[in-house]
Amino acid sequence: MNPPDVSRYIAQHVSTIPKSGIRDFFEVVQSMTDVISLGIGEPDYVTPWKIREAAIFALEKGKTGYTSNLGLPRLRHSITSYLARRFGVQYAADKEVLVTVGVSEALDLALRAVVNPGDEIIYHEPSYVSYNPSIILAGGKPVLVETRAEHGFSLMAADLEAKITPRTKALVLSFPTNPTGGVLSPDELRAIAEVCIQNDLLVLSDEIYCELTYDGVQHLSLAGLPGMRDRTILLSGCSKSFAMTGFRLGYACAPGPIIEAMMKIHQYAIMCASIVSQEAAIEAFDNCAREVESMRNDYEQRRNFVVSRLNEIGLPCRSPSGTFYVFPDIRSTGLNSMDFCLGLLREYRVAVVPGSAFGDSGEGFARCCFATSLTKVRKAMDRIEIYVKKLKETK
Amino acid sequence: MDPLLDLLQQNSNLSISDLSRLLGLPIAEIEQKIAEYEKNGVILAYQAVVDPEKLDADAVTAFIEVRITPERGGGFDRLAQRIARFEEVKTCWLMSGGYDLAIMLEGRNLREIAHFVSEKLSTVEGVISTATRFRLKTYKQNGVLLSQPLNGERLPVTP
Repeated sequence: MNPPDVSRYIAQHVSTIPKSGIRDFFEVVQSMTDVISLGIGEPDYVTPWKIREAAIFALEKGKTGYTSNLGLPRLRHSITSYLARRFGVQYAADKEVLVTVGVSEALDLALRAVVNPGDEIIYHEPSYVSYNPSIILAGGKPVLVETRAEHGFSLMAADLEAKITPRTKALVLSFPTNPTGGVLSPDELRAIAEVCIQNDLLVLSDEIYCELTYDGVQHLSLAGLPGMRDRTILLSGCSKSFAMTGFRLGYACAPGPIIEAMMKIHQYAIMCASIVSQEAAIEAFDNCAREVESMRNDYEQRRNFVVSRLNEIGLPCRSPSGTFYVFPDIRSTGLNSMDFCLGLLREYRVAVVPGSAFGDSGEGFARCCFATSLTKVRKAMDRIEIYVKKLKETK
Repeated sequence: MDPLLDLLQQNSNLSISDLSRLLGLPIAEIEQKIAEYEKNGVILAYQAVVDPEKLDADAVTAFIEVRITPERGGGFDRLAQRIARFEEVKTCWLMSGGYDLAIMLEGRNLREIAHFVSEKLSTVEGVISTATRFRLKTYKQNGVLLSQPLNGERLPVTP
């Protein structure tokens, strides 16, 4: 007898969401040993000891209960002080900040709090894998704008404008961008802000990589531009800045009524973020500028290394001004990005992520994370060099 | 600090070509900078950081607080330099506070240290007193943790 088909129970809007391309690739990597992975999307650092020690101390003090739904008042204060100090944006700690379980939750809450069925939400690709499905799950209609290599994967205001219709409600903006490493210049950001103001759009600005910018480029927060604060939901968190991915600590900042709406969902769905993570995050925001600086310098040096090697190998790539990813163009090998990555993985045991996992416009590229030790990065580059040479010879 | 020095202090074994890639500077410039640092005495030496306990279980490290008499004209320098010249002395600092010199001493065994303190150090004219303490266990050496915590398992591929 065939097992009963339980898939009939699955909601239609969920079953139509395709499985993430990165998951397929992950399955293949998992089945292999001895792989050098440049496929991670997190820092290779263990969380700075100061922060881990603060988490231990919180446990010792018996801090194991629920917190306020919005998050510990002390933490919200730390977040607003940090944002004012680092990025010059001002929020009221008592009603304009919500502490969430990672920025992923913050994004989900923001979408669910603002999207009416059928609202069009614009997002750009290649980008982090969750924007499209999160918009669908919130009942919205995702509308894609492509960013292109020739523009350094910046979002062009004109491309954005071309996608706006009377049904457009919001823009999901994500700079610095995973996987491209793209950042927006102040002029590009201002042009986007202009379009949003003219068309009365709300912006969900995912600024999780705000601390990871290089070449002296200072991250410019969208909320800090004139006229933008009251139409921006600023989303960020501790994962990338402080190497705290496993703590799952994110936050959203927005005008009071929006935070209140997000809070309603958060309160019933999640209750509150883990108190231990919240206590640890206070230490991160208050006292870890030096650790952040030191990690940033290390990333920048490894970025230089990888960019110089990849260009030498014949996989052209820009030097990204943000994130810890480089996004080399692999088209000269004659392979599509999935085949390129599978071949590299099977024959040379190096994992990089196919650009197509981040949207169709990522085809022809591969994401390499340089947040890994120099020894591994060096070895991976040597293997990629042999692989590319062989591909080009047999082409 | 110059990031070049920072990198070399973490790992002096990096090749010139690696340094050039990491810092985005031409090889010639890296070579020139290093040559200058060596010439000016900014870079004193290139050494390996070893775990003393793994190297030789009987090896002894002593930390000695020394009080000495300063001299007219030279202060502590002449005596301090005389003491620092002994091969066994690995580090020698003039300190503020209750004593004058802090000396780090390495010996193959306890007897060697005892011999040095009683036969050499204490007999130097101008040395008023010594207080010797011994290393029991090493947790961190030159910035390197000896019990490297496991670098928490990372998933090989994440979005």
